[in-house]
This record gives sequence, C-alpha cells and structure tokens, in this order.
Amino acid sequence: MTELTLRVVLVVAAALVATGLYGALSQQSIVMIMMGLELVVNGLVLAAGGIWWAGGHPGNASVLVVVLVTVMALEMAMGFAVALALYRARRVDLTDDATELAR
Amino acid sequence: MTLLVLAAALGVVAVVTGIGVFVADSMARATFLLLASFVAVAVVLLAFGLAYLGIVVVLMMTIEMMIMVVFMVMLMMNPAGLEPMTMVHNRWGARLIALAVFAVLAAGALVVPWPVRPGPPGDPTTALGADLMGPQMLTMTVLGLAILATIVGTVAVSATRGSRR
Repeated sequence: MTELTLRVVLVVAAALVATGLYGALSQQSIVMIMMGLELVVNGLVLAAGGIWWAGGHPGNASVLVVVLVTVMALEMAMGFAVALALYRARRVDLTDDATELAR
Repeated sequence: MTLLVLAAALGVVAVVTGIGVFVADSMARATFLLLASFVAVAVVLLAFGLAYLGIVVVLMMTIEMMIMVVFMVMLMMNPAGLEPMTMVHNRWGARLIALAVFAVLAAGALVVPWPVRPGPPGDPTTALGADLMGPQMLTMTVLGLAILATIVGTVAVSATRGSRR
C-alpha cells in the first residue's frame, strides 16, 4: 500500500511538472511564466515529500523540500525584479516584445 | 488506505487547479488557483507527517501569492478578468512537449522499483534540524548565500536610476 501511494503521488507530481512546463512554454506574460515555473517546483515539492514518506534516507528528502521552497521564493523575487526593470525600461510585459537579443 | 485516497484526491485537486491557472481569464483568479494547488500539496505533506514543512509551504505560498496579486494588478492588462483573453504562443508545441514530459516522468514513477521502508521515522522536524545543522550544513550555507545574493540582486536590478546615486 505504501508503494502504491508513493506511485500515485509521483504520477501527480509528474502531472504538476508537465502542467507548469506547458504554462512556462506557452504563456506570453512574464508573470504567468513565473507561475508556470512555480507549478513545476510545486510538483517537485510533492515528489520529495512522497519520497521522504515512503523510504530512503530519513533526512535528505526533507532537506530537498527546504531547498525547493527557498528556490520558489528566490525565483519569485528575482523574476519580479527583472519584470519591473524591463517594464520601466521599455514598457514591456510580454516575452514576445522583449527580443533585444534575438538578432 | 485512507492516506492513499487522501493523497489521490488532493493530487487531483492540485492538478485541476494547476491547469486552471492557465485556463482562467483573470490574472487574480489564476493566482488564487495556483495558491489552491500549493495548499493541496502542502496538505499532502501534512498528511505524510511533515508538519513543519507543510505549514511553511502554506504560509510562504499564501504570502507569496498575495504579493503576486499586487504585481498582477500593477503590470497586467485585464487583471480582473472582465473580458475573456488568452495570451499564449506556440500552444500546440508546448502541449506536445508537456505531454511527452508527463509520459516520461509518469512511466518512471510507475516502472522504477522505489525503495519502501515500513513505518515513518521519528520526529521529522527534529531530524530536519539536526540534518541542516550537521551533515547538510553546506546546503544551509549555500541557501543563505543565495538568499543574500538575491536580496542584493533584486535591489540592484529594480532600483531606479535616481536612487542609485
């Protein structure tokens, strides 16, 4: 039963990662892309929690959750800083308009 | 058995709200759907016995999404979703890639013989603290440095020219 629960949790985590990936790839708004990335990390948190619960080393998977939660916060902070700087400089909030490097 | 049903139900909630993030018309609604997805995952963590980490995820994500709503209203057109809109590019390519990634990851989750240990260990919060202050000290140090670098970096990037002098 433990193994079945772990597999269900991991499949759900895979679905969350795939959903977030779809959002990050398809959305044009910078803020929505960041939400997609957050969803990917959300799936990873769930997977790490499941691995911690089911077995393996007692501590390491929960340390991974701490790392992932920090990553989420840092990604949000840095993402909003870049989005603000971009908007201030060029009045741009869509990735399709931020193509300075695409030459 | 109860845990399996709970995890599956909350997993469905997390995935459905996660998909809703990219379906909802309103940016604010999308943010709160994302929050719902986070809370569903956090409740699974709580059910698994990770009391500290589950509560940390709930608290952090609630605050983070509130900040996100403010940025949405600042930056986005149509934050309230009064008219329907889609802002996507390359929708089918993205769908294809996402489905392929899901197929690979789900196959891995179903095929790999995961190591299973009967019964959870002792207090996970104590174990986590002992790990972070012992064998995982390097992780903790790197996290601290990364947070410091982000604080400096966000201020440097987002400060206006006038305040930089």
